Amino acid sequence: MSEETHHIVPYRTYGLILLLLLVLTSVSVAVTQIELTKWSTAVALLLAGTKTAFVLAIFMHLKFDQRIFRVMVPLIILLLIVVIVITFLDYLFR
Amino acid sequence: MSSTTAQHVEHRDDTASKLGMWLFIFTELLLFGGLFVVYSVYRYLNATAFHLAAHELDVTVGTINTVILLVSSMTIAMSTTAIQKKDKRTTLILIGITILLALGFLVNKYFEWSGKIGHGLYPGSPVLEELGRGDILFFGLYFFMTGLHALHIIVGMVLLGFVFNRVRKDKITHDNFQLLENGGLYWHLVDVIWIFLFPLFYLIT
Amino acid sequence: MTSKGSEQPAYKSYLEEDGGRKGIFRWILSTDHKRIGLLYLYSMMAWFIVGVTLGLLMKLELIAPGKTLIGPQAYNATFTVHGVIMIFLIVVPGLPAVFGNFMLPIQIGAKDVAFPKLNLFSWYIYVLGSILVIASLFGNGAPDTGWTFYAPYSFKTGTNMLPAALGAFVLGFSSILTGLNFLVTIHRMRAPGMTWMKMPLFPWTLYGTAWIQLLATPIVGITLLMVAGERILGIGFFDPAKGGDPLLYQHLFWIYSHPAVYIMILPAMGAISEIIPTFARKTIFGYRAIVLSTLAIAFVGYFVWGHHMFTAGMSGTALFTFSILTFIVAIPSAIKVFNWISTMHQGSITTEVPFLWAASFIFVFMIGGLTGLVLGALATNVHVHDTAFVVAHFHFIVFGGTGFAFFGAMHYWFPKIYGRMYDKGWARTGWLIFFIGFIGLYGPMFYLGITGMPRRYFDYLEEYHGPNIISSLGALVMITGFIIILINLIKSAREGEKAEQNPWGGTNLEWQIPSPPPLENFEEIPVIEKATYKFD
Repeated sequence: MSEETHHIVPYRTYGLILLLLLVLTSVSVAVTQIELTKWSTAVALLLAGTKTAFVLAIFMHLKFDQRIFRVMVPLIILLLIVVIVITFLDYLFR
Repeated sequence: MSSTTAQHVEHRDDTASKLGMWLFIFTELLLFGGLFVVYSVYRYLNATAFHLAAHELDVTVGTINTVILLVSSMTIAMSTTAIQKKDKRTTLILIGITILLALGFLVNKYFEWSGKIGHGLYPGSPVLEELGRGDILFFGLYFFMTGLHALHIIVGMVLLGFVFNRVRKDKITHDNFQLLENGGLYWHLVDVIWIFLFPLFYLIT
Repeated sequence: MTSKGSEQPAYKSYLEEDGGRKGIFRWILSTDHKRIGLLYLYSMMAWFIVGVTLGLLMKLELIAPGKTLIGPQAYNATFTVHGVIMIFLIVVPGLPAVFGNFMLPIQIGAKDVAFPKLNLFSWYIYVLGSILVIASLFGNGAPDTGWTFYAPYSFKTGTNMLPAALGAFVLGFSSILTGLNFLVTIHRMRAPGMTWMKMPLFPWTLYGTAWIQLLATPIVGITLLMVAGERILGIGFFDPAKGGDPLLYQHLFWIYSHPAVYIMILPAMGAISEIIPTFARKTIFGYRAIVLSTLAIAFVGYFVWGHHMFTAGMSGTALFTFSILTFIVAIPSAIKVFNWISTMHQGSITTEVPFLWAASFIFVFMIGGLTGLVLGALATNVHVHDTAFVVAHFHFIVFGGTGFAFFGAMHYWFPKIYGRMYDKGWARTGWLIFFIGFIGLYGPMFYLGITGMPRRYFDYLEEYHGPNIISSLGALVMITGFIIILINLIKSAREGEKAEQNPWGGTNLEWQIPSPPPLENFEEIPVIEKATYKFD
């Protein structure tokens, strides 16, 4: 039994998000021209993360879906991050 | 009392289907996640070598590939709008474009890889041995991660081809399109992985 | 609601339904979750016998110092394949594959799982993976790396690493898909009125387990793929000569393999939570606490993996963090033990065979758990790491834990599955002999470990001889008990006395339907009004 709230996303919305993603991509490329040294990774990941957030929310429909999906996805991402952080507790302090 | 010929009244549960697809996506995130763990450790331990090795990669090609996937993500997303508007023709066109863009990505990748391999840069090569450990790890990760990603693109193309066929045969319609949506979700996953691969390999110069 | 002692009216059980097929095809083409559960049971039994034989071979070798039966290479191969079989083919699929498949839909009031065809496919993958693993025993030489496949040896060894690694990789898919199926089933197919907090505890543990199956397994999948990449391409991820770090392999391996032990134990605990209330005729003590403990174990269990690597060369910060998290994860398990015992307290206890298994489970699980704390504390770990103490610990907690719970669940749900009862006298005898043999086999290993006998060695110093003899004799006793149990169950499945619908007076949904169940479990999907484990 489908209880979907049949929300039809207009073509325009998808187009606008693509534009946004392309802008963010250009920024990521342009930013490599600037010597950010130790901040470069953080900036790159921040931009990638932002792009991902838009893909998740609009393209993958999370914004319009049932709440449970919006709960699960961030938790999974958090899990991955915590695993990486704990692994670095070894490498950072050797 | 006897359960005779059970009339299988199929209660279609689209949410269950969607949940199943998302759970599968989680496994893929963790699969690539493992590789990101390896990448982050070796990048930390070999920061300079990675920084220098990244110069071997062509940012232009990488950017084009990024754009290709982002556009393809849009087209497959739009296809769910099209099917809900009962516009079968547009749906098919959009799925078709997505598959063609995927093909374009693979062609680019083929040329990229051939270039590298032609220069003797591939896992286990003597050239790489000469260059040193940071380079060995960088290119090992490059081939392994983009290779695994490319494999997923191929699988995605097959999946979308299957979905294309279902739409064509009217098995996927405006009120029964979870399969199309699921195919789209898989495709977006492939896009998201590349969104991270691109800066981590091409933009750390 | 319980209809003990009532005749079951005529109906067609799932075993009589043939789906229009003949012979073995009734089984291997069936998408009925009950048949699939039994398919897993029978294939696992077959592999278990192989695994036990390898174990026995080791114990016979160790009955005296020096070479008794086999030399070092063969011994290394034996403990490797023994481990791979027992871990990946038996205890990880374990209770979820057999009892999860059979009981989950019934206990939540559903007709099947969410994706029945995927379920059958999961079993096919299980068989494929198993065959690959067993195949590694032949030909070029069975792998000798230990089931842990540590780099760099795992990519340097000339033995059959690839079939074993590939087999484990394939088996991982089976585990992932089963977890996926169970998650969707529990989220979407609970009967009307069955809120989360009215769901029985066995499905709750299957839920926690399914998340681990889903999220942890891909990490070992990619790690095994990387090892294959090392062997085939020389990629260099874990090769020190190429800049790789062998310790990173260990991190990745244990990031899965520690949560894997919670895959093994959570459903076992779930089964115990089903058995004890029934035979104490008393509602489970602290249902909510057990639910929260289940989720806590699943969650915290992701972050303790480094306790397998205390002597490998990690930083002090990592050592400290992993040790403290290990102590924390022990707490919810202890809460469960407390709740089980509190359930028994002032209950009306009948010592039927399932209860004997449950009670002895608590005993051996406690020993396994407490010795885990010895291993979790950094100072003592240095002393006992890689000794027989570790071997004793994990056999007590995995074999004692998952194994005993498996036998308990088997004896508990047997009448429901087959519609027949086993010989209780023989079942009791089998349990007792098995239990005594188990303690005899693994108990001495604690002492051996503390006094310094290393693990994974085919030989030892004369001073360890005495306890080793006891251990090897214990193995023979335990296997005798196992044979008794097995024969009893097999005979009874065929010719045992017909069982009633609810021989134990259990309260959950599986006892409200006939034994054996009909194909679709329920005439009509029930509507749930009251909480579980309520006894009159």
